[in-house]
Amino acid sequence: MKKHLSRVLAVGVLLAVLLAAAGCGSQPANQSAQSGSQGPQTITVASDTTYAPFEFQDKNTGNYVGFDIDLMNAIGKVNNWQIKWRSMNFDGIIPALQSSSVDAAISAMTIKPERAKVVNFSIPYYQSGQSIMVLKSNNAIKGWNDLKGKKIGVQLATTGADLAAKVPGGKVTTYDNISDAFMALENGNIDAVVNDYPVNAYYIVQGHNDVQLVGGLQTTEFYGIAVPKDKPAILAKINSALVTLKNNGQFAQIYQKWFGKQPPDFLPGQPPANQ
Amino acid sequence: MSLVVHSFPVLMMGAGKTLQITALAVAIGIILGLTGGLCRLSKGRFLRFLGTCYVDFFRGTPLLVQILIVYFGLPEILRNIQDHLAAAYGFPVIFHNIPVFVAAVISCSLNSGAYIAEIFRAAVQSIDKGQMEAARSLGMTHAQAMRYVILPQAFKWAIPPLGNEFIAMMKDTSLLSVIGFEELLRRGQLIVGETYQAFAIFLEVAFIYLVMTLAFSRLVDYLERRLRTGD
Repeated sequence: MKKHLSRVLAVGVLLAVLLAAAGCGSQPANQSAQSGSQGPQTITVASDTTYAPFEFQDKNTGNYVGFDIDLMNAIGKVNNWQIKWRSMNFDGIIPALQSSSVDAAISAMTIKPERAKVVNFSIPYYQSGQSIMVLKSNNAIKGWNDLKGKKIGVQLATTGADLAAKVPGGKVTTYDNISDAFMALENGNIDAVVNDYPVNAYYIVQGHNDVQLVGGLQTTEFYGIAVPKDKPAILAKINSALVTLKNNGQFAQIYQKWFGKQPPDFLPGQPPANQ
Repeated sequence: MSLVVHSFPVLMMGAGKTLQITALAVAIGIILGLTGGLCRLSKGRFLRFLGTCYVDFFRGTPLLVQILIVYFGLPEILRNIQDHLAAAYGFPVIFHNIPVFVAAVISCSLNSGAYIAEIFRAAVQSIDKGQMEAARSLGMTHAQAMRYVILPQAFKWAIPPLGNEFIAMMKDTSLLSVIGFEELLRRGQLIVGETYQAFAIFLEVAFIYLVMTLAFSRLVDYLERRLRTGD
């Protein structure tokens, strides 16, 4: 009995110490980003690299490629930063920023108030929205109202998950990666995927002819680069670099490369007031 | 703090699923394990080979990979086979998908069965040779001796490691979160995805796992003591 008691005590003490540590607020030891004017700074950037065309792994080289990757590398060049990529699940990105274990995150992340409470966002660099993907053989779902009571697949901690949660009677399954949701759709486990339009569209363009998009765009969302609250210097440099890339035309070049068209005039920057 | 309290009922729903899937996986695993273990002990070379293949594969590959194969891979193969059969011989289309719950049960019980097979094999081998010889000299067949003399004794030896397997499986079911199965960890991840309070929620999740595993290890200790006094 005595042995049990001491073990329970030990666990209790451990939990108390952990909770106390959390209460103190974390002061990250990672100073590499702020200090050091000698040579290029190393900036660690988190991304969920399963999200083509924004960030994904080139299957031949194993390198990370995509619109976000090109954009962040261009920002790095402007600021004389060496970018170190850290691939992680999307739901892990905000916690990683909160603990300052990464210096920034670029991952097709929509700027929304709940996120802005815990991390800082750069100026918007992409305009997006939610869309529905279904199998072509599915005649029951033609639009947003048809999702009622259906099995919907989303990615964990995304704005697509937020939207699906509002569908009356919707049975939502949450996957780690959007590619898992696409597979579940093709396997017949779910009736529809609710996800960012450009990613759904890219999946179809990649030769998946058995699926289609229905119902048009549901939301207007803007992507931003997320930075820990305690790293305002990095945020300022990202914002100024975005403006530089806009003015020298490089942003438009990268946008053209991945989306085959010119970006809206206001990007990167705040959308016009009427939007 | 209020978040920890508010999220508790939702997390407990997940904990219920965790217990449910663990119990099912270990129950089916015991059947698979008994079969697999006896195959491994069999005199027939082919049965022994089959048993060894089963145990080697499911103990030698990560459960996470097995889960992904069953949930994402298997339906693809089954559909391809079915399409082929339908096109070639006009077979009816029966298979549509593997629901996440079924995939969870299949992958976890196959994995658990491989470990349990080894538990049973070890337990049977730990029974003194004289027991089998004595039973056989009483005129029992090998099967009868196994059924009435060896296995009842072996079961007793198998209970503590079975309890450990149950506890290990309870923790391993957290891997099912990757296929969207809403067990305890997934419920926690969903709350973190909404609130961004990673530390508090994941610590709460860990604590619930701890309470469940401690409770079961106490139960196993108790059973072990009861059985020892019966010796």
